[in-house]
Amino acid sequence: MNIHEYQAKELLRRYGVAVLDGHVAWTPEEAAAAAKALPGPVYVVKSQIHAGGRGAGRFKEDPNGKGGVRVVKSVDDVRTAAEAMIGKTLVTKQTGEHGKVVSRVYVEDGCDIKRELYLGLLVDRATSRLTVMASTEGGMEIEEVAENHPEKILKVAIDPAAGISGFHCRKLAFGLGLEGKQVAAFTKFVTALYGAFVELDCMIVEINPLVVTGAGEIVALDAKVSFDDSALFRHKELEALRDESEMDPKELDAGKHDLNYVALDGEIGCMVNGAGLAMATMDIIKLYGSSPANFLDVGGTANAARVTEAFRIITSDPNVKAILVNIFGGIAKCDMIAEGIVAATKTLHLKVPLVVRLEGTNVDLGKKILAESGLAIIPADNLADAAQKVVAAVKGA
Amino acid sequence: MAVLVDKNTRVMTQGFTGAQGTFHASQGIAYGSTYVGGTTPGKGGTMHPELNLPVFDTVAECVAKTQANASVIYVPAPFAADAILEAIDAEVPLVICITEGIPVLDMVKVKRALSGSRTTLVGPNCPGVITPGECKIGIMPGHIHKRGSVGVVSRSGTLTYEAVAQTSAAGLGQSSCVGIGGDPVKGMDFIDVLELFLKDEETKSIVMIGEIGGQSEMIGADFLKRENFGPGKPNKPVVGFIAGATAPPGRRMGHAGAVISGGKDTAEAKMEAMKSAGIHVADSPSALGSTMVKALKG
Repeated sequence: MNIHEYQAKELLRRYGVAVLDGHVAWTPEEAAAAAKALPGPVYVVKSQIHAGGRGAGRFKEDPNGKGGVRVVKSVDDVRTAAEAMIGKTLVTKQTGEHGKVVSRVYVEDGCDIKRELYLGLLVDRATSRLTVMASTEGGMEIEEVAENHPEKILKVAIDPAAGISGFHCRKLAFGLGLEGKQVAAFTKFVTALYGAFVELDCMIVEINPLVVTGAGEIVALDAKVSFDDSALFRHKELEALRDESEMDPKELDAGKHDLNYVALDGEIGCMVNGAGLAMATMDIIKLYGSSPANFLDVGGTANAARVTEAFRIITSDPNVKAILVNIFGGIAKCDMIAEGIVAATKTLHLKVPLVVRLEGTNVDLGKKILAESGLAIIPADNLADAAQKVVAAVKGA
Repeated sequence: MAVLVDKNTRVMTQGFTGAQGTFHASQGIAYGSTYVGGTTPGKGGTMHPELNLPVFDTVAECVAKTQANASVIYVPAPFAADAILEAIDAEVPLVICITEGIPVLDMVKVKRALSGSRTTLVGPNCPGVITPGECKIGIMPGHIHKRGSVGVVSRSGTLTYEAVAQTSAAGLGQSSCVGIGGDPVKGMDFIDVLELFLKDEETKSIVMIGEIGGQSEMIGADFLKRENFGPGKPNKPVVGFIAGATAPPGRRMGHAGAVISGGKDTAEAKMEAMKSAGIHVADSPSALGSTMVKALKG
């Protein structure tokens, strides 16, 4: 689960992480009031969306105007900047061409920036440990730095039994060229951030840039926090931070029915059991010359009701010209899936061609149910056969 | 031979009397594997109502009374890490965790507890391990397997079944199939299973199925390049596949995931690494069997 920058900073502040003063605002008036509560004379107005690249992004309504993060020098300018952002659609490198509507802004104290660094925390698959990454190349396209100059990314892995220690932080601090009291400030910052990560079951915490101020303080200028969805059961309080408007409505809908759905922009709707097989099904559709409209994993415990929900979500995408069902039953039983398909096809009055490939547990029973349903379902014998048939159905349509 | 499990494996189940534990233990027994009992804390001293096997409160007690040498875990996600830790503490040699959705930081602790322990962990979030005709532990459909010569190792459950069905149809069959699971922090990885397959006489060839994300396919491919291919080495033919070539680049908020891998966790990069290691990469998930038949002909 992702949250907004202002929510992340509020949370991190509670754990002793140094952040600037700021307030969220839903209207230009609120933004002006927020600015009045800050010392000034420099303010930063920041669009709050779940995507990076906001500063360099542009608003659809004003493509030649300024970006989604603006530094201003008066309360009136804060109001004007907020007016230019709230209710407008911000397009950044990460939002895709559709962009995201800004519903609120964060008004923050200005900051005397001396250096911009990068700091990231996540569990590294390679070491199976929480790892702190730091780089002198803050504020940059950090992915490119990692790819082209991996030596510029410093890493320390933390033993979960011993936790974070001063030397971990000093190793990074000296590697970043920090000196004097900056080292102690950095150590305090990283230690607090580690505490927040562990306590809140985070997935990723990223501070980019992490700033060294003119006065030698270490402070988070931006903060991205995402939580481990599997651990949310023990952090009920975090649910309040969920912003459903940031999610694709179909994905949100699917999530409520325990379906793992990702909207894509192709023409063949897919319903598959298992994430790996679902990805492989997308790959083979592409291989045969078409493209998938979605990723959908119905999971192991699929029953008629869930299959119907899955079909409803798939067909709510107007781009879907045909549907491919690919089930290799392990826990999932083919006869139950088949009953679900028959029920869904009837209730939803399915109008697009439907290709079904069933294999595994109770496959013969499943095939029999489909054959006897009298519905125009195109059966397939294997994955390649299924992909060929569904692509042919789309091309023929 | 085969790897990890065989006819001498004595299986206990954690989460024994639950719906999943009950169903899959009964399937394992029907397949001909030796299931000896299990645990459900609070129900110790009773007999499993459907399976007529003893239920214990603790893993240590179950091992002492039944001589179990493998434990399969169906405990719900919030309690699954605790179940694995209990099995490690009881020194169960092989632990297979099927449970999906265990918090990552719980697994970080489990991984720490595994180092220096006597336990090998498979999973979590995996289909399990099977040696056809001898022992089935997990949720895979037993009937698609056929005793034979292909060792299958995979991160994805249902794609493992695909590899099994195709190698069975090609008449090759499987020596053992190991689903290592899709979680970022897990027990055995590709390299660990590949090492067993190279040493196993019954395994004449290997199918290795990976996914986008992480580095473990790269590490596995590199291991095969060093230890399998070349003069005086086993030179077992290996077929590889990576799912997710068409998956859109992660719509994640931060960049940290890509930063840690240096952008090298794409399907393309992994397939390239496999090819340069000498692995036959199947261009389609439906060509796993046919690619293996070709590879065996040399």
